[in-house]
Amino acid sequence: MSEITLAKAPPGLEGAGFFATKIDQVIGLARANSLWPLPFATSCCGIEFMATMAATYDAGRFGMERNSFSPRQADMMMVMGTIAKKMAPVVRQVYSQMAEPRWVIAVGACASSGGIFDTYSVLQGIDEIIPVDVYVPGCPPRPEAILDGVMRLQDIVRNESLNRRQTPEYRALLEKYGFHFNG
Amino acid sequence: MDFISMAKLENTQITARCQAKFAERLQVGGEPHGLLTLTARAEDILEVLEFLKTDPELSFGFLTDITAVHYPELDKPFCVVYHLHSWANRSRIRIKAFIDGKHPVIASATALWDGANWMERETYDFYGIRFAGHPDLRRILNVDDMEAFPMRKEFPLEDPNRVDKKDYFFGR
Repeated sequence: MSEITLAKAPPGLEGAGFFATKIDQVIGLARANSLWPLPFATSCCGIEFMATMAATYDAGRFGMERNSFSPRQADMMMVMGTIAKKMAPVVRQVYSQMAEPRWVIAVGACASSGGIFDTYSVLQGIDEIIPVDVYVPGCPPRPEAILDGVMRLQDIVRNESLNRRQTPEYRALLEKYGFHFNG
Repeated sequence: MDFISMAKLENTQITARCQAKFAERLQVGGEPHGLLTLTARAEDILEVLEFLKTDPELSFGFLTDITAVHYPELDKPFCVVYHLHSWANRSRIRIKAFIDGKHPVIASATALWDGANWMERETYDFYGIRFAGHPDLRRILNVDDMEAFPMRKEFPLEDPNRVDKKDYFFGR
């Protein structure tokens, strides 16, 4: 029998019949433990991702067993593999279709920096076209590394303030990448 | 059966037949790895290809590939290369044509083979060679808004946006 660990409750005031904490923390807890991935797999990192999702590594333990192939219902886009320049508009479109809050993990050397493909036809890292939250090194990274990247992202999600997406800094970040707010 | 006894056409026979037709206009450029290579003048290229395709003895009916080579040091720096295959004779041939670097233009082979369409688009995409008479000459593999012709020697192979290979990261 394996032991079941429950997600740790955020710090707060506890008494008979009540528990008071910050809503940021509660929402962060909920979000971090149900990050629905949008797999954007183009090459060998995608194969490692398949292993990550399968029984041995079981990404379902992290509340992410539900792969969302629609960007509308996805929380984190996982870009795994070489992104050719011709593919770049597709990555951008998929990202722009995701609802806020949204996060991006660049899995592997190619998605992070172009990898060995330092050439005219390959995008030198997806952070040239969309903002990236976590980079996972490796060529390709092992499933443990991908899961570690997810856990680093969970830390980010857990501690993100509720109004981050409304801040001028965040808007400026998106503007920098050419994504505009309409309202 | 007749085709079993049909001997593979010798390179010397092909050369003789081509030179009987074109004489000085077609030059033998050797036989690297046994592949007969002839050099045609760019203005003759369609005539040469048509002869090779339609001549009943040669019948090079299949266009294997069209590509190019860039030799920046030559007066005519672009070499357009045609590979033809004769199913009937079980022989292959390579035709080269050198063209000018400022306005690299050569006649399109789409008049002879529909299959030349994409091959010429690819050659245009990577070398910027224009094929006169091509029905739809635009990029095929690279992004449409690319300005470079990446297989030309003057364009660096590496992507200029890459920052993690700058010298200062390596103490240079």
